[in-house]
Amino acid sequence: MSQTAPILELRAVNKSFGPVHVLNEVDLSVYPGQVTALVGDNGAGKSTLIKGIAGIYPFDSGEYLFEGKPVHITEPRQANALGIEVVYQDLALCDNLDVVHNMFLGREQSKGVVLDEITMERRATETLRGLSVRTLKSVRQQVSSLSGGQRQTVAIARAVLWNSKVVILDEPTAALGVAQTEQVLNLVRRLADNGLAVIIISHNMNDVLRVADNVACLYLGNLAAQVNANQLNHSQIVELITTGRSGEMGLHPDSAMGASV
Amino acid sequence: MSTQTTDVDVPEAGDTQGLKQAVGDYVQRVKGGDVGSLPAVLGLVALVVLFSVLQGETFFTALNFANLLNQGTAIIVLAMGLVFVLLLGEIDLSAGFAAGTCAAVLAVTLTNRQWPWPLALAAALITGLVIGFLIGLLVARLGIPSFVVTLAAFLGLQGVMLLIIGEGGTIPIQNEVLLAVMNNNMPVWAGWTLWAVVVLGFAAVTLRAILNRRKVGLQASSTSVWLAKVLAVAILLGVAVYLLNIQRQVVRPGRLACTDTGAVNEPIGCIPVIQGVPWAVLVVLVLLVILTFVLSRTSYGRHIYAVGGNSEAARRAGISVPGIKISCFMICSFMAAVAGVLLASRDNSVSPTTGGAQTLLFAVGAAVIGGTSLFGGRGRVIDAVIGGLVVAVIANGLPLVTQQSGIQYVVTGAVLLVAASVDAISRKRTSTS
Repeated sequence: MSQTAPILELRAVNKSFGPVHVLNEVDLSVYPGQVTALVGDNGAGKSTLIKGIAGIYPFDSGEYLFEGKPVHITEPRQANALGIEVVYQDLALCDNLDVVHNMFLGREQSKGVVLDEITMERRATETLRGLSVRTLKSVRQQVSSLSGGQRQTVAIARAVLWNSKVVILDEPTAALGVAQTEQVLNLVRRLADNGLAVIIISHNMNDVLRVADNVACLYLGNLAAQVNANQLNHSQIVELITTGRSGEMGLHPDSAMGASV
Repeated sequence: MSTQTTDVDVPEAGDTQGLKQAVGDYVQRVKGGDVGSLPAVLGLVALVVLFSVLQGETFFTALNFANLLNQGTAIIVLAMGLVFVLLLGEIDLSAGFAAGTCAAVLAVTLTNRQWPWPLALAAALITGLVIGFLIGLLVARLGIPSFVVTLAAFLGLQGVMLLIIGEGGTIPIQNEVLLAVMNNNMPVWAGWTLWAVVVLGFAAVTLRAILNRRKVGLQASSTSVWLAKVLAVAILLGVAVYLLNIQRQVVRPGRLACTDTGAVNEPIGCIPVIQGVPWAVLVVLVLLVILTFVLSRTSYGRHIYAVGGNSEAARRAGISVPGIKISCFMICSFMAAVAGVLLASRDNSVSPTTGGAQTLLFAVGAAVIGGTSLFGGRGRVIDAVIGGLVVAVIANGLPLVTQQSGIQYVVTGAVLLVAASVDAISRKRTSTS
């Protein structure tokens, strides 16, 4: 699939909530410089998978490798320390604060007790420039005055501010119009081009095919397939999502049946 | 980028904002719903003009100006504390009686127990912190709405205060230091020194911020904007100090003014000189500077805004939301304690009505009129001062115009409603833009 080594690799991870087996022996490889799309129907286990990666719900069993080394992540802080950042669907921005304040929320830079506004503003501006963001009038604008796409941009910029290596985006375009979706997808692409590993959850197949390098499809808690995006077309992805297989790809018919129990 | 959206560039490095642009930006902000203290300032000017026209000979006098400050001080201090709670989107209805309870602690320890005044003062202030801690604990840890907790505290503290004061009813305060705060004035030279320190301090701090930003090539306002601001502050405060330094006692024909209070060779029956900036102004100023610093220059202050704006986002960013809440209620009740001490100093005594009546509503009104939002997340400490002055002008000017207390209540209530409406409308605007 790719010549480079994966930065993040899951091997046969399992997760159950009580009697419900949500993730079943899932493998996933995430490569630096690539966008990995995570697709699947509702309840397929996408959210559980990323929450496991982010340390919110630790996996029950299986291997979690980061940069080739096994790690054990049980809380979000550990994931952050490794350079894994998640942008959730609701973005978690404070409307009453400006862009800089939001980007540094909870991790403000200070000189003594005094906030170092200048350093923060510079770093925020640099990060936004690095992402070629030109849609913000001023980094001192309040978030309440931003459009949905601009907010998404700020949330993503916040995630990459901390020299992160893996950025996970949960449905970043779900609530956006056409032009803003375009903006955000461009930004996602640039993140990968800058060398980051990006995991994007999306229900929009056009978005997936436009931006993803490879696609991992979950089907009822099983990984149906993780394949190169250019080997897939729209209907094949839909097939993978709805039946767990498509032609030669995907789960063996028996296991697909077994998984549906 | 290949999009057709507004491709406005990130401001180029080294941009400076001219006076014209600064004014334009401000107009934009107001249009966008971020009105800040503008309605309060306009209202203040309008009220002063109105009362001066209606009752110029009694309202617009040096004596009345000093009276007005005296009446407003405790409300301003109380409102400063309330800003912290309002920023979280919470409310503290008990602050008025917290002030009364702390004043009662002060009076009992000072007068009945004969404690030295610093100790009695400390006891009163610590009482405030304890009250705030308990309220904060109930709100943040148990999750009881602050409205209910503080309503209970409103009733409870009223009772505690009666129990502390005892059957006597009123306890006098005789300590000279404490009485001086609200009753004595600075010497004229000290008033002007204070003026100079404040203006120079303001000029230095703002100039330094601008120069620092320019040095690293960030957008900064131009020197002309800075100069305009400094001049405005200097003139405004200068007029206030000048008015306060006028001899306030009216010397009637046939009587002499004393040349110096307390001097020996004075004409018999001379009228004492009352002039100078009240010491209470210094108290308000110091509190204003400290609290503004905390709120706008420290990460703690930033976290208060974050919790008020989106507590879930704050929690995910690793901010201790309960910690912030408890501390804000503590600040509020601490400021209430300070207000209680000021009230005791002003009245020379503590009675069961200290901090009661409309004290709390005036203070909430002051904060909201000044531009602090009832919905949380927006507000500054200076709002309490501006709004407090508006409330004080109304409370002071209306009785000069009409003797009917009914009208006074109605007008004050209406002003609070107008302020809350402005708040609600501007909130709608910012959320829809």
